[in-house]
Amino acid sequence: MTIEIKTATLEPVRNTYAHIERRFGDKPATRYQEATYDVQSEKYFHYRPLWQPEKELNDPSRTAIKMKDWYDFKDPRQFYYGAYVQQRAKMQEVAENNYAFFEKRNLMACLPDGMEAKIIKYLIPLRHLEQGANLNNMYACSYGYGTAITQACLYNGMDRLGIAQYLSRIGLIIDGNTGDSLAEAKQAWMNDAIWQGIRAAVEKMIITEDWFEVLVAQDVVLDCLMHELFYVQFDQWLQDNGAQDIGMLTEFMQVWAKDNNRWIDATLKIAAAESTENKALLETWVSDWKQVISEALSPLAAEMLGSDALALAESALDKRLMKAGLFK
Amino acid sequence: MAKKLNIKDKYRLLTRDLDWEFSYVDRKDAFPFEEFEGIKITDWSKWEDPFRLTMDSYWKYQAEKEKKLYAIFDAFSQNNGHLNVSDPRYVNALKLFLTGVSPLEYQAYQGFAHVGRQFGGVGARVACQMQAIDELRHVQTQIHAMSHYNKFFDGFQDYSHMHDRVWYLSVPKSFFNDARAAGPFEFMVAIGFSFEYVLTNLLFVPFMSGAAHNGDMATVTFGFSAQSDEARHMTLGLEVIKFLLEQHEDNVPIVQKWIDKWFWRGTRLLTIVAMMMDYMLPNKVMSWKEAWEVYFEEAGGSLFKDLARYGIKMPKYAETIEKEKEHVSHQAWWIFYTHGHAAGFHTWIPSDEELDWLSEKYPDTFDKYYRPRWELAKEMEAKGERFYTKALPQLCTTCQIPMGFTEMDDPTQVCYRDSVYKGDRYHFCSDGCKDIFDDEPEKYVQSWLPVHQIFQGNCGGPDVENVLSDFYRMNLGEDNMDMKGSPDEKRWKQWKGVA
Repeated sequence: MTIEIKTATLEPVRNTYAHIERRFGDKPATRYQEATYDVQSEKYFHYRPLWQPEKELNDPSRTAIKMKDWYDFKDPRQFYYGAYVQQRAKMQEVAENNYAFFEKRNLMACLPDGMEAKIIKYLIPLRHLEQGANLNNMYACSYGYGTAITQACLYNGMDRLGIAQYLSRIGLIIDGNTGDSLAEAKQAWMNDAIWQGIRAAVEKMIITEDWFEVLVAQDVVLDCLMHELFYVQFDQWLQDNGAQDIGMLTEFMQVWAKDNNRWIDATLKIAAAESTENKALLETWVSDWKQVISEALSPLAAEMLGSDALALAESALDKRLMKAGLFK
Repeated sequence: MAKKLNIKDKYRLLTRDLDWEFSYVDRKDAFPFEEFEGIKITDWSKWEDPFRLTMDSYWKYQAEKEKKLYAIFDAFSQNNGHLNVSDPRYVNALKLFLTGVSPLEYQAYQGFAHVGRQFGGVGARVACQMQAIDELRHVQTQIHAMSHYNKFFDGFQDYSHMHDRVWYLSVPKSFFNDARAAGPFEFMVAIGFSFEYVLTNLLFVPFMSGAAHNGDMATVTFGFSAQSDEARHMTLGLEVIKFLLEQHEDNVPIVQKWIDKWFWRGTRLLTIVAMMMDYMLPNKVMSWKEAWEVYFEEAGGSLFKDLARYGIKMPKYAETIEKEKEHVSHQAWWIFYTHGHAAGFHTWIPSDEELDWLSEKYPDTFDKYYRPRWELAKEMEAKGERFYTKALPQLCTTCQIPMGFTEMDDPTQVCYRDSVYKGDRYHFCSDGCKDIFDDEPEKYVQSWLPVHQIFQGNCGGPDVENVLSDFYRMNLGEDNMDMKGSPDEKRWKQWKGVA
């Protein structure tokens, strides 16, 4: 059975905005389309930026990547602001329950001896790395071109701040809110030899000029290797050594990476498919940064997981690069 | 038991403590724009976080707000909510908003993303990032709120294309271009402080109150939903100014100069709000003059009293503006009425009731200077000679508004100022705009002045009609001209079943 409520039907004059109609035809548009396409100002800027007078305010030449249409970078998740925050709110609700349960049952006390020290040494320093990722994605957001890619970079940047905060909370659970574990982890990040390579690489990334290169270095190469080492292999090691409950506190990062990879893989694929020049450039950046980051992570990976760990992570990265159409 | 952390300590550990001192690269290469404006920051750690919101709470609160907002949007369009507005003329205020203001929200998103990357202090940076994402929210929810109106009224459909090109839209566009082209600290004084803190009650609030008074549920719901965002932005704007003034005494004259500049730029921009409040809202909220008195003279006055201890004075030309509140809305609507063929929304002569309302609200000026014009316009219209000017207006090089403002002590005399720079003469509508140019001529000689561009042949042609239809993409006879006889009006009558 269906019931039908009679409503007054008025014939609309048009289905959507004219620029959406020019792109997708005269039909009702999605909220993602209306919120994204052609929203950014394209032409006739009034003044050159004092901080970069050789460029326009919105200028596609801030990267060497060239696109005929910067709105080709459709986000497969179709995140506009509303869709983004609602999706993340669901994830945070789960995380909140997990953290509350973990604390209520005092699961930290159930960890095997010495486990807390390992978490402080290997996991908590990542909060600084996430802070670097926040800066790098904000860089791509502010120097990037077109709403499609820049809004996704902004969402990523905010996500990284959120992840840094979740990692910090793991530390606060360990130290009973004194902040001592965060201080200890920061010491490791600042001084411990195994962290210095990757800290140097992150600092170098932060001063890299081409925003698309920054995106490739951070969101493609470093994120993939880091995820494989810490949230796949180290996570496995924790499980194998009686610390599987920590997984409740890193579930957010696991789910996030899956979600984020859909976007960054699509972005890489679209940029590479645009031209052989783009593809060559992306391959150069990926190769250069893969070398830098692998070298940087090598002592950390070896000490944390053993000598095969990095190679395993690299092969996961290679698979994703192949899927995006690089090195073929 | 774990000890309880207070909010300040928690926020410090979860945000401020994430930063670290660089060892492998020069910090200046990471944050290269902190010094060129002459602002001295001695200690970023003195930054007081204006709101202490972690990302998990941000997602949670904002998602709840979005869910409610979009439920209203859906209900609004399902029930043809546009039929409930007070009068179809009201919708023209929304056209002005979508073409003139929403793109500024986008530029605010870009500007705050830029400073949210470039500030060396993590506290300031994160606060700016949150404002960046809020501003993106605002432009996107506004596009969605107007989406339904776009389906039933003319003039919304090419808002983005129009914002980049149309003569009067270069006023708001250049305002934000100016702020974004400036250094990061000037941007914060321009937008964070002057615009978001001092003037927001005169821009955001009048449009949203106008929506409330005129039966526009979609827009007013957006307004309520954005209120808590705006409150956060205001606290950030105030923190910025206090932080800059407390960091170093050398910052005081620089900040004062920016306040003077952006206050003047801001009031020029608010001309469109003045005219919207006095002429475009069928159900009035209050007059522009009243709004100015409540929100600037009273609220702003006490703010500047508060800032006096830092050595900050009332913005330059505050006295001129006190006189302008009697005139600008009338002068601006007259400009649009006489250029109604070149506007992307409809214009009209105020009804007799509305003329009486204006007489009552502006007892010292309206009957003396402005009512006779409308009486003449009425006579001409009655004879079938609705007046449209044939000329293109001369624009002020700084604010880009047509040079139609008068001397405030003599409202019969149009105000002209000029400066010669490198052998070329530049024209201004006021002393305020001339001062701004004279201080940074290299910046303002770049202004993309729409009328100059038309005369130079850069906007198609040869006739104005070609510029309007081909370059601006206006649908002539639909988007422009008088409200009377417009397709908007005809459709409205059909929907309402009146002849």
